[in-house]
Amino acid sequence: MAHLNISDVTLSFGGLKALSHVDMKIEPGLITSIIGPNGAGKTSMLNCVSGFYHPTSGDIYYKDKKLTHASPHQVSNMGIARAFQNLELFSGLSVLDNLLLARHQNLKYSFLHAVFFYGKASRIESENRAYVEGIIDFMELEPYRKRLVGNLSYGVQKKVEVARALTLAPDILLLDEPMAGMNQEEKEDIVRFVMDIQKERGITVVLVEHDLGVVMDISDKIYVLDFGEVIGSGTPEEIAQDPKVIEAYIGED
Amino acid sequence: MNTNDKLLEYSIPQLLRWRVGSSPKRPALREKDFGIWNTYTWEDYYDHVRKTALGLKAIGLAKGDTIAIISDNIPELLFTAIGAHSIGAISAGIYQVSMPAEIAQIIQYLKVSAVFCDNQEQVDKVLDVRDQIPNVKKVIFEDPRGMREYMSDDWFIDIRDLYKLGEKEHTKNPDLFETLVDAGKPDDVCHLCLTSGTTGLPKGTMMTHKNYINMGVKITEADPLEPTDEYVSFLPFAWIGEQMNSFGIAMATGITINFPESVETAMSDLKEIGPHFMFGAPRIYETIRSEIWLKIDQSYWLNKLFYNYFIKVGIESAGYKMTGKPMPLGLKIKSWLGTQMVLRPLINQIGLMRLRRAYTGGAALGPELFTFYQAIGVNLKQIYGQTEITGIAYMHRDGDVRPETVGKPLPGTECKIAEDGEILSRSASVSPGYFELPEKTKEVLEGGWLHSGDAGFIDENNHLVVIDRLSDVMHNNKGEMFSPMFLENALKFSPYIKEAVIYGNKEDFVACLLNIDPIVVGKWAEDKGISFTTYMDLSGRPEVAELMMEQVLDVNSRAEKEHFKIKRFALLYKLLDVDDGELTKTGKIRRKFVQERYQNLYDSLYDEAVDKKEVEASFQYQDGQSTKVKTSISFYTVKGAKEI
Repeated sequence: MAHLNISDVTLSFGGLKALSHVDMKIEPGLITSIIGPNGAGKTSMLNCVSGFYHPTSGDIYYKDKKLTHASPHQVSNMGIARAFQNLELFSGLSVLDNLLLARHQNLKYSFLHAVFFYGKASRIESENRAYVEGIIDFMELEPYRKRLVGNLSYGVQKKVEVARALTLAPDILLLDEPMAGMNQEEKEDIVRFVMDIQKERGITVVLVEHDLGVVMDISDKIYVLDFGEVIGSGTPEEIAQDPKVIEAYIGED
Repeated sequence: MNTNDKLLEYSIPQLLRWRVGSSPKRPALREKDFGIWNTYTWEDYYDHVRKTALGLKAIGLAKGDTIAIISDNIPELLFTAIGAHSIGAISAGIYQVSMPAEIAQIIQYLKVSAVFCDNQEQVDKVLDVRDQIPNVKKVIFEDPRGMREYMSDDWFIDIRDLYKLGEKEHTKNPDLFETLVDAGKPDDVCHLCLTSGTTGLPKGTMMTHKNYINMGVKITEADPLEPTDEYVSFLPFAWIGEQMNSFGIAMATGITINFPESVETAMSDLKEIGPHFMFGAPRIYETIRSEIWLKIDQSYWLNKLFYNYFIKVGIESAGYKMTGKPMPLGLKIKSWLGTQMVLRPLINQIGLMRLRRAYTGGAALGPELFTFYQAIGVNLKQIYGQTEITGIAYMHRDGDVRPETVGKPLPGTECKIAEDGEILSRSASVSPGYFELPEKTKEVLEGGWLHSGDAGFIDENNHLVVIDRLSDVMHNNKGEMFSPMFLENALKFSPYIKEAVIYGNKEDFVACLLNIDPIVVGKWAEDKGISFTTYMDLSGRPEVAELMMEQVLDVNSRAEKEHFKIKRFALLYKLLDVDDGELTKTGKIRRKFVQERYQNLYDSLYDEAVDKKEVEASFQYQDGQSTKVKTSISFYTVKGAKEI
């Protein structure tokens, strides 16, 4: 059974249909990419899954739980984490604090424990720190641990954004254009991380990305959106052959 | 007989066992991992060495076999090396930046039968040349990340599985390890150390247990260390500079070796540890000084005011401190004030406050740098030696630091100057020779003395002065001798100059190519409101050329002899780089290669009619693609430097 089942989702803003009758199946353990020209509805699709928007009609199921009308924090509690295209980090906090903060929902101790910081409180805090350190090691952020996020380069901030999504220990990771605005070297770096996230941590990845080369290289399955509709889906080889996709990307001659 | 001399009768594993006996619970190694410093006591250290040693034996490594190590500095690297020594095998370090073809060449030459890699990056390089290295039986790796697809291939083994093999062997035969360690002799060869390769393919210098231990014992006779002292390991292990600390000094004194979390975090980890001594190539000290200057520059006015005043006081008092002369009272008070108010907090910020001694070696360091470090309260001293004499043979003594010399021989080292001016040395740390190169061995150890290949003399204070490589000293058209390295260092003292290449052999005058320092000049340009895009663009700015002209004029004004003055220079459009083969791995210029590569620039330097020239620069990116760019290079003639 598909991990994430999106069936017949339509999202309208007044008369504008951002998504229309979209069907997608996200299979567990794979990298599924959503591509399409600007304004095709890629980010709207992620917004629907992560609970920022609610579809006008249609349903979204995660395993057998319905999350069509779930709020963002409910979605994240279910194990679906998201890294944003436009960085949504606390620029005045250190990398470490940003990551620790993302795990606040795992801090289950009482006010009294917190005041005296003994027993449960200190144990949970150190467990959390250990978990976050594992992510820092995984994303190779050691040199920046105590630096303020606002002072880091854009490429590193993007890595922190992905790392923050990972600290939630998600089953599904939604990545919204993780490579936008990066140079070739930084892109290659991120691609390696995305593949490691899938293979080593066993996380299902949903990738929204503009760079066709990257998408073709690493995806197991691709959905192509254009004007809010799915115009093609399949493996990278199938997509590369699909005349409708070629038309949407290159235009008619 | 000195009590420490008994240490010379041990092999490295035997000495490790002796340390376990005397202080089992003291920290021997510390590694930062997942943000926490993890300690290995001497007992843990020995346990891990035992597991590794028996594991290596189980995978077929025997006495006399060689295991190559390509790794950043991590404790497992020492477990593997000393584990190999314990069973009579030999370790060999290969630089982490080496390319696959180079690795294959070294593995073939040293007859390596197993390789230890820290991560996938190094494993992939070895894998690349697998068909050229049929003798390699196993590749051991430490970091399993990215290795999942390799695990079906039994050419690879995780070090944790190696430990398990070792443990199994130990339960089967509990006395085996001790018997093997007992069989080691101090004069056995235990490590093959590659010489830096300034001249052709690196040679494998055979090092014995005694070479290292003697070096550790003798240096601490002059500069004692306490077992509670800390050392931060950040030099490449393939370089003798790191081995003398981990095999020699640490074993001889029982200090703690600290391994940084990653190469990038070495400087911040250094700050957390606060080492008591450190050792490094001049580049490290140049970098730290540039950082200090940059930080001061970015600081607010009061800080700058205090710093600028007290650094002058510091430099004045350093003159007294370095020569051991008594200071006048007024200066003493000012210097004390400066130390308390500015300089101690400053060096605390970089983590050098506990430092009792800092050593520099591998290449020459500008005299001004010594004064600078002594002024801020860091006891920076020159050491001199070479791989073949375990790194250090000459050293400044405390209170007798003369920047133009390399100090006096270590206890037990004899020094002689040959008739052609070559420096010859003799001690228990001299290597028995090069691996399978009897001709070269004979040459370098001719007459029982180690031939350094450096020209030098002993001055009136009994200090050794090194002029330059015998083969690198240049002569101008008139036959007057000058040392290009000396002039390059004078130029490099300017914070704006990253690298300099001096020419003038058999020419009328001295000319040079300069590399601006991208960080410092970049900051300078920002302050002046000069916009720029790339390094190439910045180098081509006329304002930057003016700045460089000032630097060259300054160097010329301090030149001891008229023929040392630089007459023409040009700013190179790219930084000299190890990857492009322009620098050796220890950061020395490959003079011949650089001259050939920039032959057209050289010609224009010596053609005074040329003041601008179009050149085509080719660049190679990290992914192997290359591109060609057209740029113009300007040539500048310096006023006041006369032709001879």
